[in-house]
Amino acid sequence: MTDRAQHRPQIGGIRSSFAPWEDPAARPLVRFDGVSKAFGDTVAVTGVDLSIYEGEFFALLGPSGCGKTTLMRMLAGFETPDGGRLMLEGRDIQADPPHRRPVHMMFQAYALFPHLSVAQNIAFGLRRQGLPKAQIAARVEEMLALVKLEGLGKRRPDQLSGGQKQRVALARAIAPRPRILLLDEPMAALDKKLREETQFELMTLQQTLGMTFMIVTHDQDEAMVVADRIAVMREGRIAQVGRPAEVYETPVDRYVAGFIGDVNLFEGKVAATNGPILRLQSDDGVFDAEGAAAVGDHVWLAVRPEKIAVYPEAPGGPRNLLAGKILDYGYLGDWTTYLVEIAPGRTIRAARANATRVVDRPLGCGDPVWLSFAPSSAVVLTK
Amino acid sequence: MKRGPSAFNIASVVLGLAFLYAPIVILVIYSFNASRLVTVWGGFSTRWYTALFQDAQMLDAVWVTLRVGVLSATLATVLGTLAAVALVRGGFRGRTALAGGIYATLVMPEVILGLSLLLLFVAAGLPRGFWTVTLSHATLTLAYATVVVQARLATFDRHLEEAAQDLGCPPWKAFALVTLPGIAPAVAAAWMLAFTLSLDDLVIASFTSGPGATTLPMRLYSQVRLGVDPKINAVSTLLIGLVATGVIAAYLVQQRRRSTR
Ligand SMILES: Nc1ncnc2c1ncn2[C@@H]1O[C@H](COP(=O)(O)OP(=O)(O)O)[C@@H](O)[C@H]1O
Ligand SMILES: [Mg+2]
Repeated sequence: MTDRAQHRPQIGGIRSSFAPWEDPAARPLVRFDGVSKAFGDTVAVTGVDLSIYEGEFFALLGPSGCGKTTLMRMLAGFETPDGGRLMLEGRDIQADPPHRRPVHMMFQAYALFPHLSVAQNIAFGLRRQGLPKAQIAARVEEMLALVKLEGLGKRRPDQLSGGQKQRVALARAIAPRPRILLLDEPMAALDKKLREETQFELMTLQQTLGMTFMIVTHDQDEAMVVADRIAVMREGRIAQVGRPAEVYETPVDRYVAGFIGDVNLFEGKVAATNGPILRLQSDDGVFDAEGAAAVGDHVWLAVRPEKIAVYPEAPGGPRNLLAGKILDYGYLGDWTTYLVEIAPGRTIRAARANATRVVDRPLGCGDPVWLSFAPSSAVVLTK
Repeated sequence: MKRGPSAFNIASVVLGLAFLYAPIVILVIYSFNASRLVTVWGGFSTRWYTALFQDAQMLDAVWVTLRVGVLSATLATVLGTLAAVALVRGGFRGRTALAGGIYATLVMPEVILGLSLLLLFVAAGLPRGFWTVTLSHATLTLAYATVVVQARLATFDRHLEEAAQDLGCPPWKAFALVTLPGIAPAVAAAWMLAFTLSLDDLVIASFTSGPGATTLPMRLYSQVRLGVDPKINAVSTLLIGLVATGVIAAYLVQQRRRSTR
């Protein structure tokens, strides 16, 4: 546990030495095996296969109503799957009621017990485990220190700020040392700045404890920052599972590409192929891209804005060139994003890092520009 | 610009309060009347209270009433709370039917309820007395207790129960450790309501009571028919004091809870 923690840098997306999912011998801690759940006519979750590994920080990402909470509640035991199997450490836990599962949940609205003090809230799960009093008191103090709430043990939940409540809920859920901690939109109620701080604290905490975390969120930035792997959900199904960078750089379909970050799509037919390079015939022009598809296939090229170069003058040479004029731009300090009209009603997003301070000729609205992207920067999508 | 209350407002408040409380105030004042005549003020005295405490029959009726009230209110509150839990949390078929069955007793004429209970006890061969009144009062007040607890339970955050289960409580324990403390004021209010209803019930008690279990309302009613004895004022004043204390206590408890949050 400790040597792994040392090897892992702080930023979730770039931890690279930790990848048990790539090891065929690794046994997953949690396995969803074709799990489905419907409420009356509403299909909340359908045919979900998912493996989560010990020590992983796993994110379930998807728009509101796509079944994230339902999936998590099935693991906690509050919903019974209609079909499929749910395994914890290789054991089918379907028959276990919530209070017998070593899985704890941090509820969306925290669900702190209002009639108990902060310390009693944190001690709640420990007391159910029948630990001796002295040990409980020691663990409560340890938890209060861990979430930086020393000295607030005697307060009632209603005497706390939103951020403090969130920490108490977290401490309460991790105090009994669950095998996996489930966090349902843990930061939804916090303001932006606090949310960013909390994201980093969560990551640090997860590594310090070496605990497995599964977080539910609809915020793609949050998932990208905290998670080792992200499962993108759509209408009750898993659309893609992968490291944040994989999901961002090689989305499997237009849905994932559009859900994670901004993307430009060029739709058309494959006109020719040449080794790994294919040529797309689209309404916007002819483009070359790296990807596997057969001549005649209907495909989309997905290109991220930051992978589109912006030139104030027509450059000689680059392939995949588009001409247009700037419709709008946003200066973000480190980046400037441009909305470029390449045909009436057809716009492309491009982003340029402001690498130098002095700009000879700043680009403004209405200026003509040329855009281009490398064939390797485009992702070929077939759906 | 802020106007004070209009003459109309003041008049309606005064009239309304007078309508509600004038009879009670008069009763309380006359319980301290030295005169035996109910309508003539003969100076201040506590002689009727002294007389009351020497009237064994009256004291016995008070004692019966209190025991019936406490027992039936407790029974109704326990059953009403369970019924409320089933109605709010239970996901079973026939929930609407159960709700209808419970609420029906709210609108059932007391005479009919009393008569049907009487018939039941006769058919079951139960001797009428203390226990039959107690059971009947529990029947009468169950629906009220259910409604009071149900209203609170419906707004109680279900995630709190789930959090308790998540942390290792079986469902019954989650209810006892988390839900019950949360709805305690409503449960207490339900008990108070049931107790008060039992305290002043005459109709059901008349049908279902028997020898040796005469409740205070029954005793008062039979005495009044023989002429108003100022002792009745005294015992009524004590009852009003008891109920008022209970209501004020319940109110203060609620206030304290509110101010601490
Ligand atoms: N207890 C329930 N009863 C009926 N429908 C439900 C229930 N829980 C969730 N749903 C439905 O299932 C779908 C998925 O919900 P949920 O898992 O909460 O989504 P998410 O957490 O991704 O927003 C939604 O359409 C929702 O309305
Ligand atoms: Mg949700």
